[in-house]
Amino acid sequence: MKRINKKSIEKIASKYRGKEKVSLLSILQEIQTKYNYLPKRALEMVCELLDVPKSKIYGLATFYTQFSMKERGKYLIRICEGTACHVKGSQRIKELLKKTFGLQEGETTPDKKFTLQIVACVGSCFLSPVMMVDSTYYGNLTPEKATNILKELK
Amino acid sequence: MKFKNTPQFRSWREKIKNKFTNSQKVRVKVCITGCRANGAIDVFKKFQEEAGKQNLTGKVEIVPTGCQKFCSGAPVVTIELPGVMYQSVSLEDVSSILDKTVKKQKVIPQLLGKQRKFLEAQKIRVLKNCGDINPLNLEEYIWKDGFSALEEVLSGMSPEEVIEEVKRSGLRGRGGAGFPTGLKWEITRTSPAPERFLICNGDEGDPGAFMDRSLLEGSPFQVIEGMLIGAYAIGANSGYLYVRAEYPIAIEHLTHAISECYSHGILGKNILGTEFSFDLQIKEGAGAFVCGEETALIASIEGKRGMPRPRPPFPAESGLWGKPTCINNVETFANIPIIIQEGWKNFASVGTERSSGTKIFSLAGKVKNTGLVEVPFGTSIGEVVFKIGGGALPGCTIKGVQTGGPSGGCIPVEKFSTPIDYENLDALGSIMGSGGMIVVDDKVCMVEFARYFLDFVQKESCGKCVPCRIGTKRMLEILERITKGQATLENLEKLEELANIIKDASLCGLGQTAPNPVLTTLKYFRDEYIEHIAKKRCSAGVCRELVIYFIDEEECKGCGACKKVCPAEAIEGDIKKPHRITIEKCIKCGACYRVCKFGAINVR
Repeated sequence: MKRINKKSIEKIASKYRGKEKVSLLSILQEIQTKYNYLPKRALEMVCELLDVPKSKIYGLATFYTQFSMKERGKYLIRICEGTACHVKGSQRIKELLKKTFGLQEGETTPDKKFTLQIVACVGSCFLSPVMMVDSTYYGNLTPEKATNILKELK
Repeated sequence: MKFKNTPQFRSWREKIKNKFTNSQKVRVKVCITGCRANGAIDVFKKFQEEAGKQNLTGKVEIVPTGCQKFCSGAPVVTIELPGVMYQSVSLEDVSSILDKTVKKQKVIPQLLGKQRKFLEAQKIRVLKNCGDINPLNLEEYIWKDGFSALEEVLSGMSPEEVIEEVKRSGLRGRGGAGFPTGLKWEITRTSPAPERFLICNGDEGDPGAFMDRSLLEGSPFQVIEGMLIGAYAIGANSGYLYVRAEYPIAIEHLTHAISECYSHGILGKNILGTEFSFDLQIKEGAGAFVCGEETALIASIEGKRGMPRPRPPFPAESGLWGKPTCINNVETFANIPIIIQEGWKNFASVGTERSSGTKIFSLAGKVKNTGLVEVPFGTSIGEVVFKIGGGALPGCTIKGVQTGGPSGGCIPVEKFSTPIDYENLDALGSIMGSGGMIVVDDKVCMVEFARYFLDFVQKESCGKCVPCRIGTKRMLEILERITKGQATLENLEKLEELANIIKDASLCGLGQTAPNPVLTTLKYFRDEYIEHIAKKRCSAGVCRELVIYFIDEEECKGCGACKKVCPAEAIEGDIKKPHRITIEKCIKCGACYRVCKFGAINVR
């Protein structure tokens, strides 16, 4: 886990000098990119630094599904649950992966290897059902194919 | 280089055109965007590597492109000479493609796609660059007359003339509601204010839609050009491109395109040496469906929670930071350069009187050919699904098509002769929406399908107004009871009553349209609801509580495939003898049903 220091948060905020308050979303996005989630300590620093109430930051961090306030695993598994994926059986993929790897929606496995996210649509409906592992797309899946993909991740 | 005037820019274009026309290289176009999910990046790299190995670097140009439309053939590769499209290209095919097709111009029949019928019936206009050029290369866009519309506008048209041209073209917003674009521009321009903003809505959140993604990835300069013309027309000097965070490739391509435009003087101060200045920046969404609604989108750009507010005032009068703001969809902007290049008359010669031009649809779901479809307004739904889409998957029967995402509805096959335009789809209880088209067949349960959409809306409701927040929750609960066989016929009445109240009383479009999937399925597929309630059966075999899996002992060959795949160890039987499912142990996952090669597993 990366250590959270004030300097790096200041560095992120300084990019938006003069427009910090309207750029809160971008600031949170950068923090998430850096730490892979939104650490509580980092959010508190943002509040102090920019003089914004905690409620506002908490409101943003919980409204948008992209943000996670819990530490994430090494791989982010995003199973698409868009319309096309739904009619082509994404439900079964979700179930088998959950069962095989002990995944829970929005949770990280105890070994910190996988975090499972169910997303609305990744815009790859033409190859449904689809999932993403970090930024890699996998299409035309079957539950068995998806399981093998995860098994091969070291 | 930064261009200081339009003649200088024009002569650059001539130079580029000459360069490409005189090039002897064969263009091998590899889709690296949508096809990425089927390994297209590796195929692209392999082509580069093999071209080097076969000493072809001077003779062939391996071009990475955006979506080539025929997505079911992914990865797709097009070789311009002799003009063939190959589908499902694997790494092993690469060297023989270069050797046979590029060197000797011989076609490899087994790789030929079935795209002929798919593409023949389309009218490719807005998508002409997408899949044809390298989206990361400004020169290729210039070669295909890119930014010539901007050049024309800046070398003599007044903003009013531009607005007039767009108004006369009859272009209507492609984001779903179909508001006349020219009129929106005029209202924004004439709203008195010292400052105005232009926003491109690339928050394509409808599950089942990928048109905007394809345009942003496959032809980013075209969208930017449309925005520049829009900004000039309404008098905006800064703008935002709001793109979903779920579209990393689109963000990557746009970031590159914007920086190219800045370094060539196409964005920034004094564009092409004129008085007109425009700054454009990308705003990444953070995963909230409601941000596709324009007032929620504005709130999100302002750094707030993406919650809608009542309209009026409309953003055209008071939008971003209280200033007049024009918001158009990605596809709308992509149409603009075409209107200027071809003139409004030519543009409006395609389509219907009420809806001019073409519309891009993303065809997916239970249909043979999936991909991007561009057709003139007025084309029938059936033509898109059966002619272009190639009809049902083997052994299935098409039941209908879902348009407009969670705000839209399900149109039954009996209504497939309807010509597509905004009003016709409205009349059927659905909406045009952004253009997602998901085909459903007899293996899809319409009640469960409606439940799926309500579940989606319920999760995405921002929670501001009661009808949407609580009403959709109650609707979802009733639908869940129906799919479990626990509902009564009175529940159905309640469901309809709730649907109509939510439609009338919700604050924004999300809530107002949320009941559409339920209302349309109730209208066209009511018998399925009744079957679930009265007979406690689901003939599509989807609703778990209502189905039983069993093995037809006469058909079973005893291969053991089902036993092996069963996660619940519910199947017993010796090899080469009929197997059996223990109903008490069965979790109804359907794994055996899918793996059986003899059709011996039945659903009741």
